[in-house]
Amino acid sequence: MTNPVLKNASYILVHAPDMIVHNGTTATVEKKTNQNSEYLEKLRDSLRSYDEVVNYAPNQVFIGNRTPESLNDLAMPWYTQPVKGDRYGKFGEIMPQDEFICMMKISDVFDLVKLSQSFTTELKTKLANHKLFSENEINLLKEGEPEETILSLVVDHHSEGIYHDKKLVGCVKKAHDFDTNLNAHVMFENLVAKASGVLAVKHLMAQTDISFDEVEYVIECSEEACGDMNQRGGGNFAKAIAEGSGFLNATGSDTRGFCAGPTHALISAAALVKSGVYKNVVVVGGGATAKLGMNGKDHVKKGLPILEDVLGGFAVLVSGDDGISPVVNLSLVGRHTVGTGSSPQAVITALITQPLDKGGLKITDVDKYSVEMQNPDITKPAGAGDVPEANYKMIAALGVKRGELEKAELMNFVKKHGMPGFAPTQGHIPSGVPFIGFAIDQIKSSELSRVMIVGKGSLFLARMTNQFDGVSFVMEKNKSENVCAENSGYDESQVKRLIADAMRKLAENLTE
Amino acid sequence: MDLENQKRVKDAVELYGAENVVVIIGASEAEAAGLAAETVTAGDPTFAGPLAGVELGLRVYHACEPEFKDEVNSDLYEEQISMMEMVLDVDEIISEMQTIRNEFCKFND
Repeated sequence: MTNPVLKNASYILVHAPDMIVHNGTTATVEKKTNQNSEYLEKLRDSLRSYDEVVNYAPNQVFIGNRTPESLNDLAMPWYTQPVKGDRYGKFGEIMPQDEFICMMKISDVFDLVKLSQSFTTELKTKLANHKLFSENEINLLKEGEPEETILSLVVDHHSEGIYHDKKLVGCVKKAHDFDTNLNAHVMFENLVAKASGVLAVKHLMAQTDISFDEVEYVIECSEEACGDMNQRGGGNFAKAIAEGSGFLNATGSDTRGFCAGPTHALISAAALVKSGVYKNVVVVGGGATAKLGMNGKDHVKKGLPILEDVLGGFAVLVSGDDGISPVVNLSLVGRHTVGTGSSPQAVITALITQPLDKGGLKITDVDKYSVEMQNPDITKPAGAGDVPEANYKMIAALGVKRGELEKAELMNFVKKHGMPGFAPTQGHIPSGVPFIGFAIDQIKSSELSRVMIVGKGSLFLARMTNQFDGVSFVMEKNKSENVCAENSGYDESQVKRLIADAMRKLAENLTE
Repeated sequence: MDLENQKRVKDAVELYGAENVVVIIGASEAEAAGLAAETVTAGDPTFAGPLAGVELGLRVYHACEPEFKDEVNSDLYEEQISMMEMVLDVDEIISEMQTIRNEFCKFND
């Protein structure tokens, strides 16, 4: 059995200001229930520009241009402290809305997305400059539709409008006359999840030496559901993203668990690799339009810009042992069980100390914990506090109760073993996974030796159970010695040739 | 406060009477605890849920307040809540809860 390793991780953001207004649940519910609301009046004036989003320090951390710890040097609120940002980062990019709208069209295989002729012409030129898009993909944009056709589809045929710079530039058509699970709104959300997942995979594959043909399985772990009226969550985003990414030898499936989904998916992927079922598994999660501007009312009320203005996406490649990349230690998996209970103390025990106890480890033996990494700039004004800091305090407090830490050391632990939150509040996106890219690099460079990834999910929101949920796993420095390491100078094919030569000579001697 | 929880509180009051209902809050921030307490006493301040404009004036306490802590099994409290007590700004939460109770609670006991 091989050790599963996390080889690469990608992170993308999509600036989506018009989608906040037309597709985010906070704005759309307000339109339905209170059309003349003060919030809707102020919303447009509270949106940030693309440059402001790029120069926002937490976003630069998310795509890998700055470390999470660098945020400690910036005074809060961070939106008042612009930095010099780049569109592209080590792990991915911050894509502008117009280009992403084209990605929705490129990702659509049922001809549901219609874009106007003028928008299509303009964007074809723009997208041609993107190094990750092929000519074939750009040709999928076709020539576009007359603007009257788009308007008629929205006004007369229940299509969901696609807006850019306050203008109608396209639409998503309904995929069925009566099926609510295939209506234009649901198709819009699902195409966004698919397209942002494909974008994350593009950036993942640009980083790795594994070829597209070597990917055998994809696990998708967003919080959307695709299906029809006979099977609401029938699936399957994973295979759709695999197709859109050109993984000809892959199939896949969707894993769900609210915000804990990605960590569940990564544990499953690691187990599949360890057991030898698949050699290379991609775990991917796209973004959610519904959550755009989710806490917008609180932000606007307090005079802040709408900070939930980006879609998020990520992808992680889980492979067999390469002798270099951090290993997923599957003997240190934590899980919140049905019998665990819902008190924070019980939850933290199940997710943090129970797995550590299996390996005879103390809380302080883990160098960094990646928990719910929500950006506090967003959550504090909404009354939810600093979520990662609260998590680190809870872990530290449990350490104090176990006698592994002095009470006076509590805040030092938070600083040393934690980090500031930097991820957008896109549910599954901030949950555990945002630090994996940094963890891969910092474990490889021996800056860190052990990192715990913790995913938690609020299952009760689906009204199927009152249960909370969570799982965790530990990434460790690769200590393999018997593996064909990339830089070891060991060439497996050369060894095979030498053995073959020796066998041939032996056979020749025997026949003589 | 979650709209579903507002409905549950409202239903409980209709079933058992306001004088027989005590609400225990577990929010981790004083502001969030205060908003939840305000909802079950003066009504939903966001005017979004079933308790909008409904002044129930219920007895309401945070799980870290002595009124609750002294009533429950100390071993169980130690097992379930003591860790959070170390993490939360308990003084700030108590002050917020007392302010809301003094202003809106209908049961002065």
